[in-house]
Amino acid sequence: MIKARITVTLKNGVLDPQGKAIEHALSGLGFGGVGTVRQGKVFDVELAESDKAKAEADLKAMCDKLLANTVIENYSVTLT
Amino acid sequence: MKSAVVLLPGLNRDRDMIAALTKISGTPPVTVWQTDTEIPDVDLIAIPGGFSFGDYLRCGAIAARMPVMRAVAEKAAAGVTVIGVCNGFQILVEAGLLPGALMRNTSLKFVCRQVKLEITNANTMFTRRYQPGQIIRSPVAHHDGNYFADADTLARLEGEGQVVFRYAEDTNPNGSINDIAGIVNSQGNVLGLMPHPENLIEAAHGGTDGRGLFESALGIAA
Repeated sequence: MIKARITVTLKNGVLDPQGKAIEHALSGLGFGGVGTVRQGKVFDVELAESDKAKAEADLKAMCDKLLANTVIENYSVTLT
Repeated sequence: MKSAVVLLPGLNRDRDMIAALTKISGTPPVTVWQTDTEIPDVDLIAIPGGFSFGDYLRCGAIAARMPVMRAVAEKAAAGVTVIGVCNGFQILVEAGLLPGALMRNTSLKFVCRQVKLEITNANTMFTRRYQPGQIIRSPVAHHDGNYFADADTLARLEGEGQVVFRYAEDTNPNGSINDIAGIVNSQGNVLGLMPHPENLIEAAHGGTDGRGLFESALGIAA
């Protein structure tokens, strides 16, 4: 079995109101020097697959087809 | 005119859409379920608002991958009129039938109120009963209506007259780029909009501003 972590983040230039709100909340808690905060998503996926290359290709296809909206989001796949 | 309404778990404006289509076309729409792979021969397909699949992952993302949406895409490619309202708009965007994306409102709040809409393009099959530049009222109710598209897509939408409805008179409820409230595809037969015109079609609603959209799309004389 292969385990993977997929990270989905907003592309540069896409406004992230939630990240902005978190940024302000952190400053409000007294954390000085907080620059930009961008919110994203993490998916931990288990695959019944032993071929790492095949797993990676499948995971990328999953991102393109469902897990990420490539209009606004980037993704990265890491086998763990 | 025959119409169909797409049903998915979590939608909650389907009854409103069915009522509006029934009242305006005189014929109740057929309903198609998420697992249906074929849609009967109709002139118009409507995807109502709501919270399909609980808005899990992204609004409309799961619904857009259900079998019925492949059937909607085939019909749209064949020229059938398609309207997606609110979650229906989000589903059309996620399905790739309309460009761009709908993101969280900049206020981060769910917004339920009446807004003003400008008919930006009255020369579409959805707006021919309105005047160019006419301002109409419409209810909105959403958390993720903040339309976004990259610069190239936006320039194309604006240049080709694909922006059909724009929030007017400082009533943009969600921070959408260029105050965009509704767009059509390049063929002009698929419309997505965040406002709910189906909720303003008879006097009991407090106005009939939304009626013209359905009369236009259904080809019914005013």
